[in-house]
Formats: sequence, structure tokens, C-alpha cells
Amino acid sequence: MSLIRTLLVRREAGIAVMIVLFCLAVGAFRPQFLTLDQLRIILLLVPLIMIAAMGQMMVIVARHVDLSIGSTLGFSAMVSGMLYRFDVDWFGFDVPWWTGIPVSIVVGAGLGLVNGLLIQLFRLPAIIVTLGTLSLYRGLTFIISNAKQIDRQWIPSELKGLSQTSPVFGTPWIIFIAFGVALATYLFLMHTRMGRQIYAIGSNPVAAPLRGIKVTQVTLVVFTISGALAGLAGILYASRWGFVNPSNTGSGFEFQVIAAVVIGGVSINGGVGSVLGTVLGVLLLGCVAAALPLLGIPGTSQAAIYGAVILVALVIDRTVRRQGIAGFKRVQP
Amino acid sequence: MSEAGASPLLSARGTSKSFAGVEVLRNVDLDLMPGEIHALLGENGAGKSTFAKIIAGVHRPTRGTLQLGGTTVDVASPVVAQKLGITLIHQEPISFPDLSVAENLVLGRSDGAPLGRVPWAAINRDARRLIDLLGVRIDVTRPMRGLSIADQQMVEIARALASDSRLIIMDEPTAPLTPKEVETLFGIARRLRDEGRTIIFISHRLEEVRALCDRVTIFRDGNKIATEAIGKLSDADIIRLMIGRPLKEYMHKGKSQIGEVALEVEHLTLPGYFDDISFSVRKGEIVGLGGLVGAGRTDVARALFGVAPAASGSVRVGGRPVTITDPAQAIAEGLAFVPEDRAVAGIFRTLSVEQNISAAVPGQIAPRGVIRRGVEKALAQDAVKRLRIRLASLRQPIGELSGGNQQKAILARWLLTDPSVLILDEPTRGIDIGVKAEFYDMIGELAASGRAILLISSELPELLALCDRVLVMSEGRLTADIARAEATQEKIMSAAVPQVRGAAA
Repeated sequence: MSLIRTLLVRREAGIAVMIVLFCLAVGAFRPQFLTLDQLRIILLLVPLIMIAAMGQMMVIVARHVDLSIGSTLGFSAMVSGMLYRFDVDWFGFDVPWWTGIPVSIVVGAGLGLVNGLLIQLFRLPAIIVTLGTLSLYRGLTFIISNAKQIDRQWIPSELKGLSQTSPVFGTPWIIFIAFGVALATYLFLMHTRMGRQIYAIGSNPVAAPLRGIKVTQVTLVVFTISGALAGLAGILYASRWGFVNPSNTGSGFEFQVIAAVVIGGVSINGGVGSVLGTVLGVLLLGCVAAALPLLGIPGTSQAAIYGAVILVALVIDRTVRRQGIAGFKRVQP
Repeated sequence: MSEAGASPLLSARGTSKSFAGVEVLRNVDLDLMPGEIHALLGENGAGKSTFAKIIAGVHRPTRGTLQLGGTTVDVASPVVAQKLGITLIHQEPISFPDLSVAENLVLGRSDGAPLGRVPWAAINRDARRLIDLLGVRIDVTRPMRGLSIADQQMVEIARALASDSRLIIMDEPTAPLTPKEVETLFGIARRLRDEGRTIIFISHRLEEVRALCDRVTIFRDGNKIATEAIGKLSDADIIRLMIGRPLKEYMHKGKSQIGEVALEVEHLTLPGYFDDISFSVRKGEIVGLGGLVGAGRTDVARALFGVAPAASGSVRVGGRPVTITDPAQAIAEGLAFVPEDRAVAGIFRTLSVEQNISAAVPGQIAPRGVIRRGVEKALAQDAVKRLRIRLASLRQPIGELSGGNQQKAILARWLLTDPSVLILDEPTRGIDIGVKAEFYDMIGELAASGRAILLISSELPELLALCDRVLVMSEGRLTADIARAEATQEKIMSAAVPQVRGAAA
């Protein structure tokens, strides 16, 4: 077994161990943390993050970053919310309950494509472009909604049902959707030509075009997918919480998602990252989020704890990287 | 297999290349036959690598045509080259370190849709077959990161085979290899030739060229000088053809008083880079350090300056024993080092000329941590005048200056530290002739003012014109110490070219 794979396995194993230790530690103080009900609570906390984390992971593997996903989520949720709210005014009939799903995905994909175009056409760094669109998309959400929330009564109950009703095991649809996205991402990244090209671009951006990889095309696809998945997370937000608010919906979401991805062992230097690791990263964040209220830690401390978890993950990432590079020594003549 | 009368695989006609108006390759005509190993020889900068890169699509020729198997081709990019069956194998291969060996072999192949399935089993099987064909042992499922350079080269060769390349260019492939790895490489190269493929082999090591190649083409100053069967040329012939240019007339340095020993080095060793290096440089003396690229000259300089310290040996500066493990210490001991690759190690590209010049003396411009703009400006202005640096403004980013003026600014920076020992590594590389002459004057003046100068240069005329003594390194060892009166290009070159290989490894 090779060095990197060993490290990756160790990284993923490390996260799994961290999850187990964390849960046991919390369970020692609050035994109710180690129950099936609690698992359901944790699983309900993570679907939105997991879906968006799959897109973010692809972006980071390609050596970029997408800071705009929270605003993309908010905007695409708002478009669907307004569609439900004003469909009779606009079209004269009620749109079917599922309309928001394709609409939000397409809107999100469009916003992601804009990110990709700005980055590729003007050779701008992704961190700057998406920082700009983070603000731009949020502002547009205010403009189109007139800064008004879409309230509960406008969100179709079938849509809300995705987060409540269950096909099997008392596990709501939304959790199956999230794991479905993760599975699709795994198949795309590991078993399609373009998926592998994403890794190649992140691993060596200079060499990629020399090998005939269409870097522009692949990068556009990556950002479009990231946007589309943020859009999907947007409509599921409406399903899960039953409202769309122009300022709250998706706000700060990018931090949770990037934290999950980085904790999951996806290297910010590109080229390295796995779906399994990302899923584990998301679950670890979910455990942390579920444990905080149980432990009586006020919501005000959550941001600080997320931040601390990101930093610990980054330190681990860096240390592992350095060891990896030390193994790549020049052979002496 | 290259019989007379066979038609060439590749014909270059009138191939020329200019970089920024400087012609580095002039009207090269060359025919490469199928089934031959063809060596390209020449001094550094003679144009052999440029020529190879044009064939491989890395550079576009300024003029000239290429014919492959009788049809004119436009090798617009490495991707096109690959499709035409031409592969360039870099000395230190460019790869995707996070991807597996097998993936590196197939990546960029243009068959299949973007969402087409990656046939992992077939990819690994094919990769294993190709690697086995080369007779080397590499686990194709492991990532490239962590493979030895030799193994990475093997993967590149396997990639050439995967795309069924008819022409494989190896640019100084043996420099980072051990003798055993070189043997393996040669065995493979011979087998590929016997299959009818053509191999271009670029190397400085004459005995390697002799052992491997069928024909040799010699470049000098961007011109093709000769193409011959290797058997028809003696080593002396080859060296003469490589350096045979008329000695250019340079301003000889002014008389300087040679004083006491300023820098003394004894038994300096860094395993794998250089071995048992001893020499001394006196005040007012210019000592040249010649040799081929990769001989370890820069490594010695870096060790002296504390960038990559030597493992053993002693250094005395001005008679005092010193142990330098860090450049700041070297500066404090009165050493200055103008590195070879100024783009990487020399300049702060986006900062102003002024800031670049004052970078070496933070203590002078900012006595208590706060920069005094007036002092900085005065220092820089003085340096610009003294070294005749041509610029629009002191606040101009240094990246906008010409190479020669950038180099002068770096020299100015180091002169501010008032060094007693100045190490210059290829100071005139990439500088036009006019500025070069100025530089030679300046180096002479610096010696005349009592500084000890160690000048690393690959240009023989430069060494001959400037230096009081010329040391020559070859494969990490000092092979000659030639006084000015006895120094000739032939003497330096024959000390520089490794005669017997493998002893050091």
C-alpha cells in the first residue's frame, strides 16, 4: 500500500476515531447522547452541509475554493420560495410542489457558472471572485425578495414532508438524498474521466494543459456543480425549516461546509481528497453541533468551536503534507 | 538499423528561435533517422535544448520547417507532439504526484467522453504491462509522489510507449541517476532503438554518448556545427568542436593588488553534491569556478553562504574559522552571494528597485525598526549611479527592468553590505553583450578595491578573461586549479568533462 493512500486511510481512520472518541466522551456526561434518537438528530443536522460539501470538495480538489455557496443557497431558495408565494399572481395557477427542486438546482448552477467564468476568463483567484459573489448574491436575494421572508404557509407541505416523512427506518428522505449525492459524487470523481481530470488539475495545474486536459471546461463544470448542489441544499433548506429568509438562509453556511471538507482530509493544496473523508468530516461537525446544546454550551459559543475544529484540522493537514513531501527526496547521483 | 539511403523520420530545415529578440538558434538543418540514438552536444546555452524543445512542441520556432515521415508538421504544443508520436522526457519529469502511476500513464489520452467510465482494471493492467516491458519494478497503483527520479523517468518512458512514440527525446536524463540506474536506462534506450524508434539523447558526459549513441550533432552558439557518426570523432575533436569559437575580446581586468587569504575552504563535503573541496581566495583575487551544469559548483556556493550547509569540512574567513549555517550569519561574516537564478532566488519581483537594493541592509535603513525613507532613497540612488543601472524611477518594480539591470541591482544590494568575499554565480547569464562588458569592468573594479571574488561561470571566455585562477569541478570534485597564464579553453573543458564515470557514486 502506497504512502499517500496509507496517509489518507490513516486520515480517514483518524476522523472516524475522533468521532467515536468525541461521542463516547459526550456520552460519559450525557448518556442520552448515545441513543438511536440522537443519531437521528445528528443525521438531520447534516444533509444540507453534506450536499454542499460534495461540491465544495470538488472545487478544493481542483485547487480552488467557493466561498459563495451560502449566498447561492439563499438566492436559489428565495427564487423557489417566491415561485411558491407568487405563482398564482404570475402564472395564474399553483405550480406543483416539486417545481422548486429543479428551479433551485438550475439557479444555483447558473450562479456557480458565473463564478467559474469570472475565474477562468479573467484569471482571477477563486477566493477573491467568490468573496465578491458571496456579497453580490446575498444582495441580489434582498433585491428580488424586497427583503421579505417567505413564510411557512407558502412552502408546500409535500416539500416539507421530505424532511419529516420517511421511506424506511424512520429516516427522512432528505438524509437519503444527501447520501445519494455523496454516492454520485464518488462515482463521478473516481470512475469518470472528468472526475480524474479534476484531481490532475489540482495536483499539477501547470502540467494539466500540457497533457491535453481542458482546464477551462473542467473548472467551469466544477463550479457549476458546486453551485447546483448549493441550489439543491437551498430548496432542502425550505423543506427542512419551512421558510426562506433573505438574510438568515444560508448565512455562514460556507464556513461549516469548508470546515467539514477540510476536516475530512481534503487538502487545500489540491489534488487530494475523498468522498468518504468528507462524509466523515460532515458527521464529525454534526456530532459537535448536536452535543453542544446537550452539554449546556450556549449557541453563542458554537462559532468559536467550529473555528477551533477547523484550525485543528488544518494543523493536521499541514503536518501530514510536510511528511509526504519529505518522502519525495531527490535521488543523489 | 540506420542504413544509408533510408528516409529520415524527422527533418528540420532552417530551424531558428529567438527569445526577446535574442537569437538562440540559427538555421539548424538536421535529419534524424529511424532506429538511431542521436546525441546533441554543446556547451550550456549552445541551443541543443532549445532545439529539442522545438521538436517536442514546448517552444515554437521563429522560422523553419519540420517534416515528420515526409510530411510537414506544425508541432504547436506538447499535446500535438504526443499525437505525432514525439515525447520529451524531462530530467525531472513533470507528473501528477497525487495520482497513481497508472493514471499518470493514461492521463490526457483523448479517447472517450468526459463522463465516460474510467476502466480502472484495464488501465492498471496496461500500465503493468508497459512497466514490465521496461523490465523495472514499480507498483502502478501507488501515487507518483515518492517515486525516485529514475522511476519517474521510467514512467515517462512508459508513457512514450503507451502513445507509441516514434521519437523520444531525453534531455540530460542521466544527471540525477546512479550508475546502476543509468545502465538500466541505456538498456531500455537500446531496445527502443532496435524496435526502430529514434532517440535524441542530450548529455554532457562524453563517455555516455560514446557508449550509447550512433550519431552526434554538435551545437555552438545557436548554430549546428557538425553531425557525424560517433566513431569518427575523438573526444578531443568533440571538445574542439564544442568550444571552437574565436575568443571574444573582453576588457581585461585592471591590475589589482593580491593580498592575504580572505576565504579558505578545506575538505568541504556534502554527500551527494560535492566531495572534499579545498581552495582559497585572496583579497583582490578573482578565482573562477568552471565546470558543467550539475557539477556541484552552485552547491558549494550555497554551502559557503549557509543556504544548504556542508556536512563536513572547514571554512575560514579572513583567517578566522567560521561555521556558517544560515545566510544571515554569512552576511555578518562579510560574505555576499549573487545567486544564479535571479528570478527565483534573487529579486523581489513586485517590489521597487529601491526596496530590492536596500533589502540586504535592514539595519542601515531602519535603525530602530522603522524604515527611514530618506536613507533608503539615498543608498539606492548612490548605487544606481555607481553601477550605472538604467531605470525610469527608483520606485519602479524591479521586474520591469532588463535582466542585466536587475542583475546590477542585486549586485548593488550586496555591495551595500560591504562584503569582503563576493560569490557570483553565473552573473552574466541571460544578459546582452553590452551589459556583460560593463559587468566585467565592475567585477574587475571590485577586485581592485580589495575584495575576494569567487566567480562561477559556464562561459569559458569569461573565466579566461576575468580570472586570476580557474578551479574546475566535475561531478562534485575539484579536478583542476589552473593559473591564469596556463589556462586555455581546452584545459578547462577536459577537466570539466567527466572521463570515467561512476567512481563517485
